Amino acid sequence: MKTIHGDMSTQEITKVQELIYTTRVESVMASNVIAIDPSFTMSQVKDLMRDKRISGAPVVKENQVIGIVTISDVIRSMEEGKLNFLVTDLMTSDVRTVSKDAMVTDVVNNLGRQGFSRLPVVDQDGTLVGIVTTGTLIRSLLMQMDKSFQRNEAEKLYTYRASHIFQDISSDDTSLLLRYFVNEKDFDNAGKASSLIKRSLQRLMLLPQIVRRVGVAVYEAEMNLVIHTDIGGEITVEVRKDRVNVSTVDHGPGISDLKQVLQPGFSTAPEWIRDMGFGAGMGLANIRRVSDVMKLTSSPGQGTRLEIVFNFRNDSLATTRSPQKA
Amino acid sequence: MNIREMVEVLNGKILVQNHDPDEELPRGGAADLMSDVLAFGSEGMVLLTGLTNPQVVRTAEMAGINVIVFVRDKTPPPETLELARDSCISLIRTGYTMYEACGRLYQAGLPGRGPVRIENNSW
Ligand SMILES: Nc1ncnc2c1ncn2[C@@H]1O[C@H](COP(=O)(O)OP(=O)(O)O)[C@@H](O)[C@H]1O
Ligand SMILES: [Mg+2]
Repeated sequence: MKTIHGDMSTQEITKVQELIYTTRVESVMASNVIAIDPSFTMSQVKDLMRDKRISGAPVVKENQVIGIVTISDVIRSMEEGKLNFLVTDLMTSDVRTVSKDAMVTDVVNNLGRQGFSRLPVVDQDGTLVGIVTTGTLIRSLLMQMDKSFQRNEAEKLYTYRASHIFQDISSDDTSLLLRYFVNEKDFDNAGKASSLIKRSLQRLMLLPQIVRRVGVAVYEAEMNLVIHTDIGGEITVEVRKDRVNVSTVDHGPGISDLKQVLQPGFSTAPEWIRDMGFGAGMGLANIRRVSDVMKLTSSPGQGTRLEIVFNFRNDSLATTRSPQKA
Repeated sequence: MNIREMVEVLNGKILVQNHDPDEELPRGGAADLMSDVLAFGSEGMVLLTGLTNPQVVRTAEMAGINVIVFVRDKTPPPETLELARDSCISLIRTGYTMYEACGRLYQAGLPGRGPVRIENNSW
């Protein structure tokens, strides 16, 4: 549990970094900014801050930020008996602003290192359009992270549990068998089995390269069941510690010339199948290319069997990804 | 190039949005043959195609493709949109032809996958 948690927080930090570098200030600022008119006295500033519960605000003249006044300026004016002075006398006029198109990194640098706690945000003309404080920044970053995070979270948990099957179940040789039934000419569901297989292998934490190779092969094989058989067929995926075995079996019509169908570009698919983007005759060639072993057997009139093997190379490390990243 | 920039270059319209417009696209590819997509497609690639049936979405999913662009302003049937929503694939439409859509993206800096090695006459 500890290691898992450690792993996730590392991912979280990278996500934060990514967000900081790719998010524009505009999307993290508060845009309902309370601005103070230069004609205000410090006493009016004090009342405004109390009523609006804010601890600082930019001073704006003709849309341009000319200064910033904070709660400590108010305190100073009280101590020095300057409550009836104009805000322009006590504000900080050397004010740093940030462009709405700048990246959040700029804000982080200014807020943190320079000791500013709020930065007015301006557009190209220098017009005040918002304000960003540590608070608004953290809130919006958290919200953005939450969006992408929640989506992955459930999936991650499943992945973690599923990937343990080979450790948790003890036998001399454990394997997991997944079986899918495919209907002929059912284009609404064509590819569904492959999609489920891909997701299952991801949950089992097989290396992405393996998942990809199996996915491509099994999809071509599934489409062959859909397109070329009379009564559909069955896909079996066996996940073992060192390899994945895929087989498809159907009961007709079978193939009379195996050599011919293995030729890249050969296809018996009718026109309407070609119009859908299939039937280029590259399916079996594709399967052969991504797999380690491919075996096609068939008896005409009876059925066809396709067996595909994917070995996990350089063994133990490549088999499954351990959730405790080394 | 990110998704937002690509939509701009293509003068396109997002039909199904499953990705952040700021997400970077590593490269692009175009195909009307599903086996080509499976053979040449790569993780994260944006696929330009003239086909709009749901199988395009399935094929993209299997090839690790997240974003599909339909050229020549083709409107996909509702089944395609629905499957894309379920499979977390983003769909975009552009009025440009395949040739011009690809040209514009390439010119704007979206690379392809480079020369393909041909082995025993298959690829
Ligand atoms: N399960 C099957 N049953 C009968 N024929 C098949 C089967 N699988 C493939 N074939 C034959 O092999 C040919 C080549 O298959 P493939 O390389 O996948 O190309 P395509 O599916 O594009 O035609 C098909 O056109 C078909 O004639
Ligand atoms: Mg085929």
